[in-house]
Formats: sequence, structure tokens, C-alpha cells
Amino acid sequence: MVQLTPQKRQLLLRTVTRRETSLLIFTLALIIAVSIHSPRFFSVTNFNDILLNAAILAIASIGQMMVVITGGIDLSVGSGLALSGMLVGLIYKNDYALNPFLALLLGALIGLALGSINGLLVSKAGVPPIIATLGTMSIYRGLIFIISKGKWVSAHEMPDMFIHLARGHILGIPNLIFITIFFYGIFFYFLTHLKSGREIYAVGGNAEAARIAGINVDRIKYAVYTMSGFLYGLCGVLWVSRFASAQSDSATGFEFSTVTAIVIGGVSVFGGTGRITGVLIGAILISIVENALSVTQISPFWQLAIQGFIILLAVVMDAVMKNRDRKTVVRGQQV
Amino acid sequence: MRTKLMVVAVVLFVCLVMTVSVSAQNYTIAMVVKGAGNPFFEACRKGGEEAAAELGFNFIFQAPEIPTAEGQIAIIDALIAQRVDAILVSANDPDALVPVLKRAMDRGIKVVAFDSGVAPAGRHLFLNQADMELIGRIQVQLLADMIDYEGEIAVLSAASTMANQNTWIEWMKEELKLSKYEKMKLVSIVYGDDLREKSYTEALGLFRAYPNLRGIISPTTVGVAATARALEDQGLSGKIALTGLGLPSEMAEYIRNGTSEAIALWNPIDLGYVSSYMAHALLTGQIKGASGETVNVGRMGERTIVQTADGGLEVILGAPFVFDKDNIDEWYQVY
Repeated sequence: MVQLTPQKRQLLLRTVTRRETSLLIFTLALIIAVSIHSPRFFSVTNFNDILLNAAILAIASIGQMMVVITGGIDLSVGSGLALSGMLVGLIYKNDYALNPFLALLLGALIGLALGSINGLLVSKAGVPPIIATLGTMSIYRGLIFIISKGKWVSAHEMPDMFIHLARGHILGIPNLIFITIFFYGIFFYFLTHLKSGREIYAVGGNAEAARIAGINVDRIKYAVYTMSGFLYGLCGVLWVSRFASAQSDSATGFEFSTVTAIVIGGVSVFGGTGRITGVLIGAILISIVENALSVTQISPFWQLAIQGFIILLAVVMDAVMKNRDRKTVVRGQQV
Repeated sequence: MRTKLMVVAVVLFVCLVMTVSVSAQNYTIAMVVKGAGNPFFEACRKGGEEAAAELGFNFIFQAPEIPTAEGQIAIIDALIAQRVDAILVSANDPDALVPVLKRAMDRGIKVVAFDSGVAPAGRHLFLNQADMELIGRIQVQLLADMIDYEGEIAVLSAASTMANQNTWIEWMKEELKLSKYEKMKLVSIVYGDDLREKSYTEALGLFRAYPNLRGIISPTTVGVAATARALEDQGLSGKIALTGLGLPSEMAEYIRNGTSEAIALWNPIDLGYVSSYMAHALLTGQIKGASGETVNVGRMGERTIVQTADGGLEVILGAPFVFDKDNIDEWYQVY
């Protein structure tokens, strides 16, 4: 065997154990398998579709990820997203010519307000996150019915410039993908390089220890729900623009898609660990699976089961690799 | 003593007045629909209110928060306790509602099902929105006109378990067997589950899997609007024809710009209006609810009660209505 210095050996191990590496291998294998089965899957336009479909899920999952890292969960993602989208849709329905980018900002601010309610409930009132966000999930969904009076906002009620928001390009990159990259950049920096970002991990790892270390745990908890709200509020506007429709029951259950994306991406459901790059791959993997099942025209009766199977396979494969590597590490230390 | 007598007299008088007003045929008719916040049922409600104004009965409109049979059972139980005179129901499950509706009928409440029927044991009459056969066939006819009776076509439905859609699709297949359609080939049936994002993804899958696709039929409003949006995003409007069943408000944009030349749907206002007239006719004794009887349905004229295949009795509203460029402007604000 090739002799490696301990440092190099550890570096190699770290790369292999990285969730992202195993996920990427799995994703590539999946792409190759599907492409062999139906060559039409392998085209630039189709990969463009896949990324566009992953964009909204990917952005909303950043928020869910930060909440889960602190040991919480945000079940209000789908309702909050739909509520912010409906509010912006209603503005257009009432003929206010709002600039689409201001609409995005407005949606994000609405989400921020919705998220801060979750934040207050969890950090100040001490309500368990699952209960707090379960409550607001229903409240936000109920509010959609109330403000929209049960009516939808349809394509003909939205100005062209707004409908084109999700369809346009910045510097040759589709807006949705540009916005996704933008937020991943910001939050990658925030979570890896800024003190507040690192404190999120500390709170999730051990809240008591974090408190003793002088971290304001309540402030961090409040912040993650608020940021999650900000992101899903923004997603709500993108959603309405993308589908050119604001519907009272849109994005029902979307919170579970975000949870799936982050779990695939390697975020521990017990809090404390998880990387934003993994979450991005997780969201893209979900989009690939959905697209592949549809392009290969697999019987719809099989689709749900296959979808679940592939997701489990991705996670199990990762767990197996991690386990093996951990054993190698232990053995390496003993020798 | 005198004041006491006065009080008793007044109370008796009030009771008398109330009894008289009840016996003055001031019926209460309740409409129970599948779920809150659906514009289709809001339009049904409008029809019910119109009939109430013409016939002078009290009209109550109720819907469960989420479209489940359980929610409807709870509502109907409450209506029985309130002693309404008739119940109009669009059922979430044809069998689950039978016991509670039987109980209602045992208490003398008239039950008229509409839109989505209940089993014959749980109703007096059913108002069929249009012949299932006509609805299935008309969609093929509309699409054939758009593509000159030639090319590959696909169906994008709601969920694979939806009885309505499945029956229509069976009739589409029957229509396609006629010799004039011999150059048209149904290549695929996919299911968008009436979810915006899933329908959109399925539409993209169809474009990729069948490069020679000429037309799509989507017999559900979410599906047809999502497909229209996907066609436009991919620059395929005009290349792949689209028709189906959809709300005029959802489809106005796409009918105006030609992405879909025409869609069909029954008129939900008429649905609410006629079912109310049917219930009222049962209450006044104008009809007994037997096969062959003719019922007066206000501005819609007269309809005859007929026997159905499942052994129940029904009234058929009429042929589906076609919306296109010429009439969409009259309808998109109605429902």
C-alpha cells in the first residue's frame, strides 16, 4: 500500500466521508443509469429544467436546514410560502403595478414577519418548535383562505413583467438559478465564516454548553426561524411567478419536501451538524428523480414507491460509507 | 299577576308567529361542498343564492377546511341537528357519506347530490353535470380540430384514482376508436395529482419523452393551466395544441394568447342553481322523486328524472360548454 503521511491520510478520509462526495457519486450513477435507459434525459434543456425545478426547493431548504441544525423544525414553510405568494398575487390582482423585484423584496419581508412569529413562540414563549410551527402552519393556511376569500389569482390578473420574473435571465443565467446561487453564496459565507453562523451549530450541538460559552441561545433560535421565514416568503413570490397562479392550497406539504432535501443532504435531524452544499445537492437530487420518473414514462402507479426507494437508497448508501470509513479511522488510530 | 300573564301571552304569541313563519314554506337548504377555497364551488354557491332569491328559501353554504369525507360528515351531522330541510352535497367519497345522509333522510331531510355523486342509498336525486360520455368525447373532438386529426397525443390527468377523470379518459379512448381519428395516436397518460408543480413536471416529461407530440388533453383545471404555463416556458405554444377541462378564469390568459385554443367545462353556477331547484321541488311536493317525472328548473327550463346505471335517479344538466377566444371575455370574471 502506498505510504501516506497522517495528515494526507486524514485529508483523504475526510473527503471520502463527506456526505457530498457520496451523494455526488450516487447522483452521477443515477444520471448515467437514466441516460442509458432513455437518452432524451441527457440534454442541456433537460438539465436546465431540472435546475429550474430545484431552485425554489433549494432556497426554502436553506431556512429549514438552519432551523433543524438548532434542533428545531419549521412546519410552516408550505403555508408561509403560499401566504406570502397569495398576498403578492392579490396586490397584482388589485392592479397595483409593483416592480417584480420589489415584489420579491416585499414577499421576503412578509415571510420575515411570519417567521419572526415562529421565532418568538419558540425562543420567548418556549413552545416546542414542532407545536409552534404546527400551529402557525394552520393559521397561515387559514389566513390565505380569509384574505383571498377562497378565490385564486390567475395568469390574466398578473402583469407580464411579473410573469416573466421566473422566466427571465440575468447575464445569460435564468433568474431562478441566479437567485439560488446568490442566496447559496451568502448563506455559505454566513454559516462557515461568520460568528453568528457558527453559533447556530453550537446551539444545536449542545444548547446548554452554548449558553455557558456565552452564546445568546434565544437570539439564535429567534434568528433561524426569522431567516427561514425570509427565505420562504421570497420563494412564495417566485412560486407564484413560476406557475403564474396563486392558489389557496398551493405548496401544501412543501415543508416535507424541504425536510427530505436536507436529510438527503446530510443534515442531522437531531441538530448540530449539516452543510449547505449537501442541502443543495439534496434538492437537486429530488428534482432529478422527479424529472427522470416523468421523462422515462415509468408507470405512475410505481412513481411514489420508486421515489421513496431512491431517496432511502441515497441515505443508506451514505450511512454505509460513513460507517466503513469510521471503522477505518478507528483501526488507523489503533495501529 | 297581570304582568305575568302578559309575559306568558307575549311568549305564546312569539311562538305562534315563529310556527306560522315556519309553516309558511320558509325552507332552509344547505349546500355542502368538497372543500373551502375552491373557486368552482364559490360559483356553485352563486347559483344556489340565485335560486334562493327566486324561490325565497334560506340558503346555507358549508365546506370543510380540507377536502375530506370526515369533514363533510361532521358538517352534515351539524346540519341534521339544525333541522335543515334539504342538503345539497358534492361528496368527497361516494360511499363514506352514505350512513350520515341516510340518517338525514330518515329525519325527513331531502338529499340532492351534485357534481360528485354519492351512492344511490345516500340520496334522493343526483344532478349530473353533464353526461360523462359527452365530456370525454368533446375533448377529443376539440383537440382533433386543432391538430387536423393527425399526430401523437397525450393525456395529463389529476390523480390516478380519480373516478371522474378515469371515466372521461375511457370515453376519450372510445371516441378515438372512430375511423376519423385513425391518424391520431394516444401515446401516454400521466398524472399530475392536481398539484401545480407535479403537473408542470409531468408536462415537461411529456415534451421530452415524445418529441413528435402534437397535442395534450388535460381534464382538470390545475393540470391544464400548469401545462399551458409549461408550454409557454418551453416556447412550445402553437407547436403542441392543448385542450381539456378548466376554469375560464385560470385559462383566460392562455386562451387569449392562443396557447390553448379552447377548453370545455360545465357551468358551476347552473349546477348550484339547478340542484337548488330540484331540492325545492322535492320539498314542495312538485316532484316525488321518481323516474320519468319532469322538474321545473327556473331559467334553465325543464329536466326529466332518469334512471342511472347504478340504480339511482339523476337529472342531467346538459352538454359541456366550450370556452374559446370569442366568449372567454364574458366568462373569465364569472368563475
